[in-house]
Amino acid sequence: MSVASAIRGIGHRVVNAVWRIGVAARFFFLTLVYSGPSFRRFHLTIKELFFTGVMSLIIIVVAGLFVGMVLGLQGYETLKRYGSESALGVMVALGLVRELGPVMAALLFASRAGSAMTAEIGLMKATEQISAMEMMAVNPIARIIAPRFWAGVISMPLLAALFSAVGVFGGYFVGVVQIGVDEGSFWSQMQAAVDFREDILNGVIKSLVFGTVVTVISLFEGFDAPPTAEGVSGATTRTVVTSSLAILMLDFVLTAIMFRGS
Amino acid sequence: MERTTLDMWVGIFVVAGIAALVMLAMKVGNLGTYNMSDTYEVYANFTNIGGLKPKASIRSAGVLVGRVKEISLNTETYEAKVVMSIDKRYQFPKDTFASILTSGLLGEQYIGLMPGGDSEMLKSGEQIKKTQSAMVLEDLIGKFLYSKAAEPAPNK
Repeated sequence: MSVASAIRGIGHRVVNAVWRIGVAARFFFLTLVYSGPSFRRFHLTIKELFFTGVMSLIIIVVAGLFVGMVLGLQGYETLKRYGSESALGVMVALGLVRELGPVMAALLFASRAGSAMTAEIGLMKATEQISAMEMMAVNPIARIIAPRFWAGVISMPLLAALFSAVGVFGGYFVGVVQIGVDEGSFWSQMQAAVDFREDILNGVIKSLVFGTVVTVISLFEGFDAPPTAEGVSGATTRTVVTSSLAILMLDFVLTAIMFRGS
Repeated sequence: MERTTLDMWVGIFVVAGIAALVMLAMKVGNLGTYNMSDTYEVYANFTNIGGLKPKASIRSAGVLVGRVKEISLNTETYEAKVVMSIDKRYQFPKDTFASILTSGLLGEQYIGLMPGGDSEMLKSGEQIKKTQSAMVLEDLIGKFLYSKAAEPAPNK
């Protein structure tokens, strides 16, 4: 009896997960279809850009600085063994631009802005603001979801670029100013190794993908949350867990596509 | 349309993000270092290119003058054909010597150009005839062992 119910439970979970993915895809499609107003009435998007982008600035800058500093320190310790400390700039810059910048910025964005979006929309649903909008013939997806979606997609690459730039300076500070790696070789080797199209643009593409995925997950979890206090809290947790896993898995796939054989 | 402090903050955010991208492109990446839009192409055949890769640098007297554009195998002679794009500012004589060198002991491989004394210059699409292949460590060791074996045994 209990075995049967366990199997039934597993089946129920799988069916439920697939069902939710389908609904999420429809939700994403609807967001794209109804995103006209978020550009025609751009102040709606500006307001969301403030909450997702500007409010994440401090955490991104501070985290980027420290990640860059750690990279500088660890990179120096390892490269010193092979007598190639001058390649420190290459290591810091490539690590940040290709991987750490987009991924760390997206993870921070998911936990800082994504969870806030889920909680906000979940609470709007719980307090019946969304049904009130529908009652007034205002499309909630066009009015609430789409501006947030575009704000997330726009701010993610900017945040990732900021993270990488600040991180490079963190690595420079530790490597050159503190430890005393030669400044000329730090910058010149970095410039020789980092390619604009291959490394920097691919990093921007990565962060655009992450921005889209994280924002869609956060908005969908909020919109789909059971309208109770428990439901909203569960949805917020799911946002952070699902988007973090999605970021890391997608990063592997994107890296495999972008940087293989180069 | 009224302006709010919110707009200003978003403006600061967007400007900072774009500035970071520009800084990455110019200071970290290779967009600001050299502009090799004006290049001409020459090619050279090597019997062995070792670990040379496309985009490897081409140096003359240690100065970066170009990049390897394309590497292919000529199936008639079974030699590697390396197409190089070289900055238009730098002209080389016809009898320039191209050799594949290694920067440092285990570093990256690059092509070194040693100019000859010809008064005519290489033109676009022409071939550098005098080349030296990459040093392959296994060949070197083989040669060394062979020459050791050929030496007469020391008299006792």
